[in-house]
Amino acid sequence: MSPIHDQTYRHYGGERRPLGRAWGVISSTGIRSSLARKWFLALLVCAWIPFVVRTVHIYAVTMYPAAGQMLPVDVRMFMQFVEQQGIFIFFVTVFVGSGLIANDRRANALQIYLSKPLLRMEYIGGKLAVLCTFLTFITLVPALLLLAMQVMFAGNFDFLRANLHVVPAIILACLIRVIVSALAMMALSSLSKSTRFVAILYTGAIFFTDSMFVFLAFVTGATRVAWVSVSGNIENITDVMFRQTPRYETPLVVSILVLLGLVAVSISVLERRVRGVEIVA
Amino acid sequence: MAEASVILDRVSVAYGPTAALRDVSVVFPKGAVGLLGPNGAGKSTMLKALLGFIPPKAGRLEVLGLNVADRPLEVRSRLGYMPENDGHIPGMNAVTFVAYCGQLSGLPKSDAMQRAHEVLYYVGLGEARYRNVEEYSTGMKQRIKLAQALVHDPALLFLDEPTNGMDPKGRDEMLELVRDLAHNKGVDLILSSHLLPDVEYTCDHVIVLDKGAVATSGSIEQLKGPTGRVLEVRVKGDLAPFVAALVAAGMECRETDEDVMRVTVKGPLGAVGDDQRRICAEAMKLGVQVRHLRTSVPTLEDVFARAIGEL
Repeated sequence: MSPIHDQTYRHYGGERRPLGRAWGVISSTGIRSSLARKWFLALLVCAWIPFVVRTVHIYAVTMYPAAGQMLPVDVRMFMQFVEQQGIFIFFVTVFVGSGLIANDRRANALQIYLSKPLLRMEYIGGKLAVLCTFLTFITLVPALLLLAMQVMFAGNFDFLRANLHVVPAIILACLIRVIVSALAMMALSSLSKSTRFVAILYTGAIFFTDSMFVFLAFVTGATRVAWVSVSGNIENITDVMFRQTPRYETPLVVSILVLLGLVAVSISVLERRVRGVEIVA
Repeated sequence: MAEASVILDRVSVAYGPTAALRDVSVVFPKGAVGLLGPNGAGKSTMLKALLGFIPPKAGRLEVLGLNVADRPLEVRSRLGYMPENDGHIPGMNAVTFVAYCGQLSGLPKSDAMQRAHEVLYYVGLGEARYRNVEEYSTGMKQRIKLAQALVHDPALLFLDEPTNGMDPKGRDEMLELVRDLAHNKGVDLILSSHLLPDVEYTCDHVIVLDKGAVATSGSIEQLKGPTGRVLEVRVKGDLAPFVAALVAAGMECRETDEDVMRVTVKGPLGAVGDDQRRICAEAMKLGVQVRHLRTSVPTLEDVFARAIGEL
């Protein structure tokens, strides 16, 4: 009599997916596991509150143009919205990003991952995609939707026609924030096995550079030193993209170079730290 | 020679200034091959180099006919690796973890989940498959490491110290699994261990590494065969001159942990009891009392000791 279920080892005869798709498995699993946490869902919902408020604002100005004199719907409003999302970028980055690699390092999971048919780039790409997905969901998606709301409520494309640069400005301003935050957090996450330590490190780095800028600006009496602050550099570039007068005296090229440097350092750290074997010199 | 699963051709691997593998050339035949060596011999380094974790300074690594440097992904898609250290994906239960590993190895989601259940039953974790891996005991963690290595049905399995930290019963069960995979399920495997009985029980071939070089290799029977006749000897008296006298008489002596010395007698087999008489004669000359003398059989331990120069 044959058993109901043969609990022995059997060879696999099914199809296998082509190589190079493991990053998708990593990212989809990461996104699902983050969404399983209620606090995180609450945070995501909170991150959309400014969108709702701004939508009401646009609606009010469309219906009652006089309201626009006090709270105008202009390019500056969209820029402010993107900047306002910065606080949520910070919390989502800390909440999702700090454990992305640190947890794997703590559980010795890197050797498991990298013994599978995937490149280190795929692993990093998969993890990065988790964070970038959420950051995009709370920056770029609501910002573009807000623009769509303006068009919808106005019933014409006049605002867009008059301010065509606002679309690439929104996209670029959001992507800069997403990429810089995500890569910096991933690099920090690869440096430690403790999620808490990574979160403190990231918070410290953001607040320390901002405080440093405030202190130096106070001492020198000039905002030329804004390049020491990560947020300062992003704001400086954002002003230019939205065709606003830069709020700091730091040259645009300096801000761009600082952010590019930060991205390069982050990639270099990831390249060194994400390995199947840790070599202690 | 049997078909090879792994070939190393003049491979050197170094951690900074420290050489871990020195100009190693060796062929792993198909079947179950034991990779033996004392701690620090380079066993784990060899496996990690074959996985592509550590690029060699020189030489060529070939796994299942594929060059590791040129086609690392294809190599790893056909390999299963059970690491020495504990390792798991945090926050997952066993079945999710193993299925996830299957997906990472290219299995479709539903197939990966089905295989995960099957493999977990096979390694003896069927009843515990919905528990979080972080709550597992050491023995269970060893089993789940084997499960994640098996889920995608690899052609070749690398097992790095698979019985580490297991109690005697768990160890026996793990060795049974390894033996079953190699001998009944047609999975080629390389078992890295410093535990000679584990290798002797599960493997047909052995490669002994010492100080980053291959000390000896071959089938276990072949290596154990022509070494000579082995006798267990325990004496009372001055041991050093007695050992020197035996060595001078062409015998090999090796002390063991069990208060007995293993003496290997080479040369043609004479009349029954000749070897014993020669040992007793040397003892009498030096006034040493022979308290225990009996014939034994060559073991892998003798092969290992000879290979790494302990004899």
